[in-house]
Amino acid sequence: MRWVGRSIHRLEDPALVRGDGRFTGDLKAANWVRFVRSPVASGCITRISWPEGAPVFTSAELEQIKPIRPLLHNFNYVPISQPVLAMDVVRFVGEPVAAVLAPTQEQAEDLADLVDVQIEPMPAIADARDAMVAGAPRVHALAADNIALDARFKTAGVDAAMTSAHRRIRIEIRSRRQNALPLEPRAAHAAWDRNSGRVTLTCTTQMPHVMRTIIAELIGMPESDLRVIAPDVGGGFGQKMSLSPEFVVVTWLARRLRTSVSWLEDRRENLIACFHSRDQQIALEGGFDADARLVAVSADILANVGAYSCYPTTCGVEPLMAMAEMPGPYDVREYACSARAVLTHTCPMAPYRGVSRPVITVAIERLMDKAAAAFNLDPIEIRRRNLIRSFPYTSATGLVLDQASYVETMDAALQAAGVAVFRARQAHARAQGRHLGLGLATFCERTGYGTPAFAARGMEVTPGWETVEMTMDPSGWIEARIGASPHGQGLRTTLAQIIADELGTSPDRVKIVHGDTDRTPYGWGTFASRSVVIAGGATLMAARKVRAKLTTMAGILLEAAAEDIVLEADAARVAGTDRAIAIETLARAAYHQAHRFKGEIGPGIADTATYDPAGTFSNACHVAIVEVDVETGGVILENFVVAEDAGRLINPMIVDGQIQGGVAQGIANALLEEIVYDDAGNILTATLADYLSPSAREIPAIEIRHLET
Amino acid sequence: MTEKVDITLNINGCDYAVRVEPRRTLVDVIRDDCGQTGTHIGCEHGVCGACTIILDNEAVRSCLMFAVQAQGKRIRTVEGLADGDKLHPLQTAFMTHHALQCGFCTPGFLMLAVNALETNPDMSEDEILDLLASNLCRCTGYQNIIKAVRNTAAEMRRARA
Repeated sequence: MRWVGRSIHRLEDPALVRGDGRFTGDLKAANWVRFVRSPVASGCITRISWPEGAPVFTSAELEQIKPIRPLLHNFNYVPISQPVLAMDVVRFVGEPVAAVLAPTQEQAEDLADLVDVQIEPMPAIADARDAMVAGAPRVHALAADNIALDARFKTAGVDAAMTSAHRRIRIEIRSRRQNALPLEPRAAHAAWDRNSGRVTLTCTTQMPHVMRTIIAELIGMPESDLRVIAPDVGGGFGQKMSLSPEFVVVTWLARRLRTSVSWLEDRRENLIACFHSRDQQIALEGGFDADARLVAVSADILANVGAYSCYPTTCGVEPLMAMAEMPGPYDVREYACSARAVLTHTCPMAPYRGVSRPVITVAIERLMDKAAAAFNLDPIEIRRRNLIRSFPYTSATGLVLDQASYVETMDAALQAAGVAVFRARQAHARAQGRHLGLGLATFCERTGYGTPAFAARGMEVTPGWETVEMTMDPSGWIEARIGASPHGQGLRTTLAQIIADELGTSPDRVKIVHGDTDRTPYGWGTFASRSVVIAGGATLMAARKVRAKLTTMAGILLEAAAEDIVLEADAARVAGTDRAIAIETLARAAYHQAHRFKGEIGPGIADTATYDPAGTFSNACHVAIVEVDVETGGVILENFVVAEDAGRLINPMIVDGQIQGGVAQGIANALLEEIVYDDAGNILTATLADYLSPSAREIPAIEIRHLET
Repeated sequence: MTEKVDITLNINGCDYAVRVEPRRTLVDVIRDDCGQTGTHIGCEHGVCGACTIILDNEAVRSCLMFAVQAQGKRIRTVEGLADGDKLHPLQTAFMTHHALQCGFCTPGFLMLAVNALETNPDMSEDEILDLLASNLCRCTGYQNIIKAVRNTAAEMRRARA
């Protein structure tokens, strides 16, 4: 019986349902930090004053800390920098200006209220198009026209193909600004240890090793003096992968004051000053031949990236992904794109679940719908004519789309949605003055990016690989230490299922250790749908090495060839015989009776593997059936179907859970959530009563079909 | 305002004698002074429901109350749901139906739904939806939470019959 493919209960759950999760905010500290934040979007700091002797820290006190300056060596990227506390100017509402310390959170809030920050306001710009107008105020002196990144791509024949196209269709879309909104806001707890002089930073991060490197670098401390722990993390969705300047300040304070310091972000801070997402404007033109086949696409992409560039991905992450992957699953050889990152006086942007993909999917699918109407074709038929069918397919931008099932997932989704029945119902409803509609979106999602994919962007910090260290202890239990850093995805369970199959044991005898830089190998954490592919791949490779050692040892003890040994039910057995040795006996022998192996293999059972794949694409088709109230614009979601092909399911229950959660966030993006700034850069959606996240009432049941190719 | 007062909070049957400022919220005192960190803080303005506890026989947002207001009342938090190693049926159902991912909102949803199952065991489907729309979850898309509550309600009805 194999474990992979089974919906076993998650190993993470018993602690979490009992309230025994360990989150950053659960730790006690001697001091609590509160940040004083800018109330204006743009201005010069003229004076900061506070009660004499009070523990208040500004950029003057923190002058040894280097500014955050993420780098990208390509696409006319402008290397803007961000001081961890605003220095002379403020660039968005909520930017941290000072940090105060007190023995309790309440006292810290009291003290923060007594800090008087004088700011001379300057004109602010909140919208990307306004920021590009000649003479608009500059967010950074370095960036002319407020352009932080200007990427262009053009195939040789695109102009000719567009000019000679039978029909040209244009659309413009705008994706509103969103907050990833993990239920747990940011938190950081830094504790100085008087014995070792080290600082342990426990924080809400998706990439503990990377945080350790950058925070130590900015503070100017030996990296080995910093330990970063990501304990239970209450959701991230990308918001917790970027470096928070607040984390640097908290770490510095603990080290400088030789104490423990904690900061818990409140929801208002999270909504105004933690990373935002989306906010893209895309103008798209498609040239079609007489058969409604797409022959050329031209895209103009503007990403409002806010006031600074996030570390480590930089603010290029959104426009560059949109540029590279825009035509999505459609076969088009000629493509031109301009993708710009535009600076504004708003909260900085960071990657959020899907990064640009939801926006480019809306854009290309909207183009298809409009083209279908122009050609008087069924929207399904125009997609059928244009979806890529033969693989591997090298896209216009040079991406290799490996085996995919675009047409197959579309057919499966449409079948599940019952299109024929729906069309009849739709016509009937229309006759009664009711408006039903069916929307469909097919997309390919690049996943398991290794270093080649990130290097193509010219990132100074090039993520990609993962390492797994695996040990079998003398009692026969397995520990796998991973550089990935799950925070709700159930990775402990899925990796344990993979290991259990390889080593003939059960997942409950496997401990996955993650989120602690003292205990785990360097790795890139959990983001970009990468962990099962890359950490899972490295896990499988390490498990196979451990397996090889176990079978070799068993072969020696059982006087059989290693290749005749099978591992099953916690024993090593000579295949087809009853000669076997218990794994716990074998493991004990590896440590305590190494001499029995005649020097052929070393003592102990431990091995390491690293995986750095080129990346792959998964794909899916989503179908939504909705009723629109044309008087109010209200939308009722009647039915939502997903047909997906992400390859082999390790734990189908967890896969379905990830899909349901992702769809819910997409529905939120499409229909509910929007961060709103006024023209002066004031944020109008600073509470959960104003920023409308969906509840159980708004999210329908989602029907899921899996294709495993 | 910062003058501390002595209060005793009864949480999951245990008395905690604490000295707190009257302005402190119940959730802060439950977590910081009584050490019961299973109850989480998600928004501090009464929308997300992560801090939901049962106060006497009512599910309440513990971020919207002062600790001094809870004196003399029976407080139940997620730590009190299981009976030793034996989980509450709803805790088990959350695991079986994959009703949690990161687990941060889970204690609030459990307390919200446990109170409803105790006070209105015959909830209709619509009442279950209304109830669960009180709290926010960012990971699951809610359907599995609805399933867990629906199935536990049915199971408890069967046990009663």
